[in-house]
Amino acid sequence: MTRKGRRLVLISSALGVLAIAAGLVLFALNDTIVFFRSPSEIAQEHTAPGTRLRVGGLVKDGSVVKSDNVHVRFAITDGGADVEVAYVGILPDLFREGQGVIVEGRLTGPMSFTADSVLAKHDEKYMPREVVDALKKQGVWQEGANGNPVKATQGSAAP
Amino acid sequence: MNPEIGHYALVLALAVAILQTVLPIWGARTNDAALMRVGPSLALAFCGFVALSFAVLVVAYVTSDFSVLNVVENSHSLKPLLYRITGTWGNHEGSMLLWALVLAIFGATVALFGGNLPARLKANVLGVQGSIGVAFIAFLLLTSNPFTRVIPAPAEGNDLNPVLQDIGLAIHPPLLYLGYVGFSVTFAFAVAALIDGRIDAAWARWVRPWALGAWAFLTLGIAMGSYWAYYELGWGGWWFWDPVENASLMPWLAGTALIHSAVVMEKRDALKVWTVLLAILAFSLSLLGTFLVRSGVLTSVHAFATDPTRGVFILGILVFFIGGSLTLFAARAGNLRQGGIFAPISREGALVLNNLLLTAAAAAVFVGTLYPLALEATTGAKITVGPPYFNLTVGALMLPVVFAMPFGPLLAWKRGDLPGAAQRLMLAFLIGLAAAGAAAYAESGGPALAPIGIGLGAFVILGAIIDIAERSGLGRVPAATAFARFRGLPRAALGAALAHAGIGICLLGIVAETSWNSETIVGAKVGDSFAVGRYELTLARLEPRTGPNYRELAGVFDIRRGGASVGTIESSKRLFTARNMPTTEAGIRTFGLSQLYVSLGDELPGGGLAIRAYWKPLVTLIWIGAVIMALGGALSLSDRRLRVGAPKPARKAVAAARPVAAE
Repeated sequence: MTRKGRRLVLISSALGVLAIAAGLVLFALNDTIVFFRSPSEIAQEHTAPGTRLRVGGLVKDGSVVKSDNVHVRFAITDGGADVEVAYVGILPDLFREGQGVIVEGRLTGPMSFTADSVLAKHDEKYMPREVVDALKKQGVWQEGANGNPVKATQGSAAP
Repeated sequence: MNPEIGHYALVLALAVAILQTVLPIWGARTNDAALMRVGPSLALAFCGFVALSFAVLVVAYVTSDFSVLNVVENSHSLKPLLYRITGTWGNHEGSMLLWALVLAIFGATVALFGGNLPARLKANVLGVQGSIGVAFIAFLLLTSNPFTRVIPAPAEGNDLNPVLQDIGLAIHPPLLYLGYVGFSVTFAFAVAALIDGRIDAAWARWVRPWALGAWAFLTLGIAMGSYWAYYELGWGGWWFWDPVENASLMPWLAGTALIHSAVVMEKRDALKVWTVLLAILAFSLSLLGTFLVRSGVLTSVHAFATDPTRGVFILGILVFFIGGSLTLFAARAGNLRQGGIFAPISREGALVLNNLLLTAAAAAVFVGTLYPLALEATTGAKITVGPPYFNLTVGALMLPVVFAMPFGPLLAWKRGDLPGAAQRLMLAFLIGLAAAGAAAYAESGGPALAPIGIGLGAFVILGAIIDIAERSGLGRVPAATAFARFRGLPRAALGAALAHAGIGICLLGIVAETSWNSETIVGAKVGDSFAVGRYELTLARLEPRTGPNYRELAGVFDIRRGGASVGTIESSKRLFTARNMPTTEAGIRTFGLSQLYVSLGDELPGGGLAIRAYWKPLVTLIWIGAVIMALGGALSLSDRRLRVGAPKPARKAVAAARPVAAE
């Protein structure tokens, strides 16, 4: 093979790998990303049930019901609207009423949600950033009441 | 020691770093040998001042000097001594100081052991290292001074985040930084070569030990971080595609490509421009990792600092070094003479394929990590790019790399014989197939890809063994001769085979754990039993205890298998009183290569505890594989070739290649 031919092989294989990688990235991005919504946004936008989402807000006071060992129901609120969440699994260490959490899962009805993972902030000072933004939008956030860096810890249900 | 001493030492370090940036490079430009010679002394002085500063901070932590703000915020007088020491770098300021210290140690090692380098190259390398030092010391002094005082001094500190009070934290950041910052040396070599406009095979031989060392440390650092998350966060995962993990994976992928392309450059004088670019990229990605973690732009378990001024400052550093080096690269790369042609099927060709796929994987991780940030900045939409994206892209790009791996070392330079290589690998391939079949037969539960993964892992491990057997002529020559040849093999070849086998071992662990782990979530009272995998656990007793700075409730479980008792496992939930923060201390027990993993949840209304238990088959192979990879790197480092590059440095280059020894 000539020098030119070899260079051609090299360049075309590089472009080939690049094209495959780009295709993979685009395909996967299209397919696997998850959007974040606050409860108020879900109420306004009438998001279709079955959509995979992350929802964040405060765990509503008095809403946590542990029906048996590992089945939990609670509501997430941002002051404007509430989303009912059902979850099976162990909750993270810092999951409490009145605290900021993010849940990931699917909408099962207009304002009901089945979570397969629950993320809670990991220490008294911190609050998930998305939750802070959602609360600010609803005007319930008090600046200085909490620091805003984020340390999330995760609890996830059986796969 | 007085904290101000540490502060002054840092200021002096900045002054020295400025001199170190200017004088040697000026000397190299004007051919002034005297100016070039001051580089090493300045690098040593820089190291001395940063080390003094770091020591002062450690002393402040050990003696619980609560007049220092950083100590107040992150320490507590009741904290055990070990965590008072490691707490020094368990926070933003301290960890940046550790970063600077590692940088200074690398600079000093280049100064001390770089005796075989041409004077101009050495001067330029030290100059570039100095400029990185200027940036980071200025960052510390202007935005993150660890020595800020508080008046009046509080009587007690806020304690360190309990999750970080762990032996894993003592080891993980220093190892990771040795990796990250180790690439600053290869970066400095690349930029120095570009400044000089000259580069040759000898350059690759000087750079390779640093790249290998950094790579081995980064491998260990990532593995350590993964194991720490596994046992400390209490939910049994060992890799989360968390942005901070991705931040360490990207330089690892680029660094892996670099150590391979440097071989081509050294042996065949080809791929020069590409190798220089990779050296720049590996450190750029390390800087990007530092930026992601330190600026607090992420929503992540690790991001313990949020302060926009810091973010902007690090962004400035990032833009200056990445932009500057890439501009220099664009301007000078055309002048670098290309050399060495090779057929597509050859050792070089295989290494090019490896490089293409590894960099593509790094790019995929880069896009997945930064796309959510970019999208939020531009449109305000908040999205998460999670494990499915990374598993798909990185998985699809790494599978061919892993499959091609055993072929590479069996191909000759310049023009390889692919059918011949395939023939020699036939045995490994057949055994791999058999392993896949056996896995499919024994474990029918998991995904269809799992047996293929097992087969691939076995193929790679056997391929590495066949490579060594072929090189020593096993089967073709008498056993004694083969053994003698084996002993005479270059360490680099053995190291490469070992590292490749490590990848196979790691792959086995990953596949087995993700496909066949079993999870049980139950509520249990004392005396209750439940099954996990093939084991039966009984909650024998609950013990409340008090530690130095926490209270804990420990659950002790009896483990039975087939009715016979095989020991106990203990798991606890701790409440750290200073921050009123609970942590989960998972109970882990290793059986062979597999582990039983138990963590405690909340107390349940009707009495008893929520308990999460896992059976994780072959999970330890993941970290064993990583350690073997790093050992392979170390073995390669001890190769004669990397020492005999120049007349005298036999002993020195080895020491240079293992910078920790100096610490």
